[in-house]
This record gives sequence, structure tokens and C-alpha cells, in this order.
Amino acid sequence: MAFTSWADFWAMGGYALFVWLSFGTTYVLLLGLWWYSKQQHKSIQQQIRAKAAREQRVRQHQEKEK
Amino acid sequence: MWGSMFRWLDPYAKPETLYHLCGRLLPYLMALAVFTLVLGNIWGLAFSPADYQQGDSYRIIYIHVPSAIWSMGAYSSMAIAAFIGLVWQIRVAQWAVLAIAPVGAIYTAIALITGAAWGKPMWGTWWVWDARLTSELVLLFLYLGVIALAGAFSEAARGIKVASLLAIVGVVNLPIIHFSVEWWNTLHQGATITKFAKPSIDSSMLWPLLISLSGFALLLAALTCLRLRSQILIFEQHRPWVRQLVESKNGEQN
Amino acid sequence: MVMWCSLIKRELQLLGRQKADWLNPLVFFLLVLSLFPLGIGPEPGMLKQIAPGLVWIAALLSVLLSAERLFKDDYRYGVIEQLVAGRQGLFSYVTAKICCHWLSTGVPLILVSPLIAVLLGLDWQSWQVLVVTLMLGTPVLSLLSVLGAALTMAADKGGILQALIILPLYIPLLIFASGAMEAAATALPYTGQLAVLLAFLLFALALVPLAVRQALRMNVG
Repeated sequence: MAFTSWADFWAMGGYALFVWLSFGTTYVLLLGLWWYSKQQHKSIQQQIRAKAAREQRVRQHQEKEK
Repeated sequence: MWGSMFRWLDPYAKPETLYHLCGRLLPYLMALAVFTLVLGNIWGLAFSPADYQQGDSYRIIYIHVPSAIWSMGAYSSMAIAAFIGLVWQIRVAQWAVLAIAPVGAIYTAIALITGAAWGKPMWGTWWVWDARLTSELVLLFLYLGVIALAGAFSEAARGIKVASLLAIVGVVNLPIIHFSVEWWNTLHQGATITKFAKPSIDSSMLWPLLISLSGFALLLAALTCLRLRSQILIFEQHRPWVRQLVESKNGEQN
Repeated sequence: MVMWCSLIKRELQLLGRQKADWLNPLVFFLLVLSLFPLGIGPEPGMLKQIAPGLVWIAALLSVLLSAERLFKDDYRYGVIEQLVAGRQGLFSYVTAKICCHWLSTGVPLILVSPLIAVLLGLDWQSWQVLVVTLMLGTPVLSLLSVLGAALTMAADKGGILQALIILPLYIPLLIFASGAMEAAATALPYTGQLAVLLAFLLFALALVPLAVRQALRMNVG
């Protein structure tokens, strides 16, 4: 352990701003990318599902017309 | 010879197999990535000793160096994927280009931001036109160019091919750009402040750094897997297997 | 070779008809150059000091902008589709395009360079170096701009996208060309920079036409 107390740890020997700024932005960016990719994957699945459902409806309608 | 050597890889070039392989690997990769990142960073932040010259500000190294190294690693893997995709016409390799590019761009941005935050206390300024910083900035522009070009076509498959070609052009140019910037920098500034004394790094600092390095690598792999799955779905959406997959997943969480 | 000559002739005829294609970049170049003294201040000493960078940034922007519409018409009228389907002649078409692009944008820049020297207060020696760097550098500018135009040919968004992907590739050229001029201005040897520029030119000449051909094929699909 390089620090004696929590307050010491957060202070980072006077470099708190720079150290926590770097770690903060890093994890915000990484989590943001992760969340965005996850969300994108979900929305693609939904889109495909919606498309398939629509095609299904069109097909049913066409069969009824006949 | 090459044909038979890589024959075992053939099934993985099939989008469906690759989709399921990525899906199986993803949780393990992600768990490992989170574990190593947390371990490496907490070790580096709290347990490794302060640098005798730079104090505690040096702890930024545990994200700066891994993101900088893997920003370049991601670009080379993207270019290799582009090359494979174009030369052997393997579509999943082309899709991998678009899966990797945003991850690489984010890594590059992280390397730049953390570099600036490290530079301020050490050099007294957020930014210097140092050769390495400038090359990294250009790398970010190259990533953004690849992403923008891939998105500029109404026919997505064409956009990916063209973006792959740009990725290859970029990888040929990167060494030239780096060498030019280095030459330019020495011309302009001579001995800069960037040469901070770096004695061979102590093992109490090296271990957390190596662990963080592997953490960033694992995260790159995990994010690529996740994004590649999305790409596969987009480009294979008219295939029966995707339809079945999406239907069977209806309502389920995935 | 016969095909190449006829393609060159066709391109030159087109340029002769559409004078705006090569006149506008030239006017743009001079306009940008005259904006800098207005924005920074007219002190001759400072202008002389920053002249290398100014001239080269203006040159690469004007060459880049002139290439934007290079393939659009041929693409729209199906010329490129024919050439790609024909399985030959595409390469001569590419090299002819590059040649004519340089003739219509690079050469005029070299021709107006005395005017630039007057505007920015360059001396005889600096002007000579400027001409040499332009002669070695503008072909590379043309090659890379043509590559950018080929990559974005079928894209929905042109213009700014082409600048975005090609400008980073210009950096080495900008560094060494303005480096040579700066060295000459301070009476240092500058042949090294010129040699590097020549190396860039040969390297780009060898590889870029191939990449352009590939890009055109991909864009046609």
C-alpha cells in the first residue's frame, strides 16, 4: 500500500486532478463504447425482427387477396 | 501449402459459425478483461510505490501506455483484417475492419487525453508538438477517416470495401508519417522536455503495467467480438439463420 | 500507349472546354494566400518567415478541392463502368487522369509562383527552392487527391469527406516541402529534404495508381 489513508489516496500526492481526470475519462469512454455497442446490437436485432414481422404480414395479406 | 495450412480456419470464415463463436467467447473475454483491468489499475493506483521523480502523477502510465500501445495494435489488426478481406475476398474479415475501427479510435482518444493530463503536471502544458503526440493525433484522424468513409455509402458492403482499402493505404503511410514528424520535431525543437529520465522500470511498477496492458488487449478483443456480432447480423439479415435466431430470441434477453 | 494518348487528348479537350475546372483552383490558391497577410498582418519579415508553410498549405488545399469532382461525371455517364467491365484500359485511364490533373492544377501553381514570391516578399533563392519543391511535391498532391476522389466516387457525401481522409496523408509532404524552403531561407543545405520529396514522389508513383484502380473497381461494385 503506497498511501496511509483514504484522503491521502484521493489526493494522489497533489496530482489528484490529473490522475482522476485521466482515469475518469478513460472509463467513461470505455463504458460508453461498451454501452453503445450493446445498444446497437439490440436495436439491430429489433430492426430485423420488425422487418421479418412486416414481411410476414404482407405475405398473409397477399394470400388473403388471392 | 498456404491453402492446406489454413484450411482449419475455413469454418470460422462462415458468418454463422463466427457469430456463435464470438457469442461464446464474449462473456469470458469480458470477464477476464474487467478482472485484469481492475486488478492492474488498482494495483497501480494504490499499491505500487510513487515515482521518485514524478510522484503520484506517473500512475497515469497504467492507462496511458496500454491505450497508446493498443491503439496502434488495433490499427495493425484492422489493416491485416482489411488485407485478408480484400485479397481473399473474405467478407467476415471486411466486417471486422468496421468492428475494430471505433474501438481503436476510442483507445487513441484515451491515449491522447491521458497524455495531455500527464503532460500538464510534468511539462507544464497540456499539449506539445512532440513527435509521438503528433503521430498519435494523426492516427486518430486516420481512424476517423476510415469510419467516415465506411458510413458514406448507401450500399454498406461497398463502403466497407473502400474503407478497407483506405485502412491499408493508411498503414503504408503511418511509418512515413511517423518518420516525417520525428524529423520535423528534431528540426524544430532539438532536445525537448519529453526525455524524462526513465531508469529501467522497477518490478513493483512493471507488474501492474503488464497486467493493465493485457487488460486493454482483452477489452479490445471483447469489444471487437461484440461489434463483429452486430456487423454479421447487419450483413446477413436476409439469411434464414439470422431470421431464425432473431425469432427464437424473441422476448429473450440477448 | 495509343489508348493512353487518346485518353490524355480526351481529358485535355474536356479541360479546354471546362475552364473553371483548372482556373478556379488557381484563383482559390491566390485568394487563400492573400487572406493570410490580411489576417496576420503585413510585416514583410514575418510574412517571409511563414511563407513556406503558407504556400504549401494553400497549394494542398487547392489541389485537394480541385480533385473533388474528378470522377463524378465519368461515373454518372457510365464511362468508368465500361472501363471496369472492359478489363483493360482502366489503368491507362487512371494514369491519364492523374497526369492531366497534375497538368491542370500543379503546373499552373508553378507558373504563378513568381507572383507568389512578389506577394510574400521571397528572394531569388527562396523562389528557386519553392519552384523545385512545387515541381516535386505537386505530383504527389495530385496522386493522393486522385486517390481520395476515387475512394469517394460513389459516396453520397463528397467534398469534406475526401478532405478528411486525404489530408492526414499530406502531412509528410507538407513537412519536408516547407522544411526545404525554411532551410533555404536560413542558408542551410536543403538537398536532403528535396531527396526525400523525390523519394515520396517515386514511392507514390509506384503505388498510388494501383490503389486508385482498385478503388474505382470497388466503387463500381
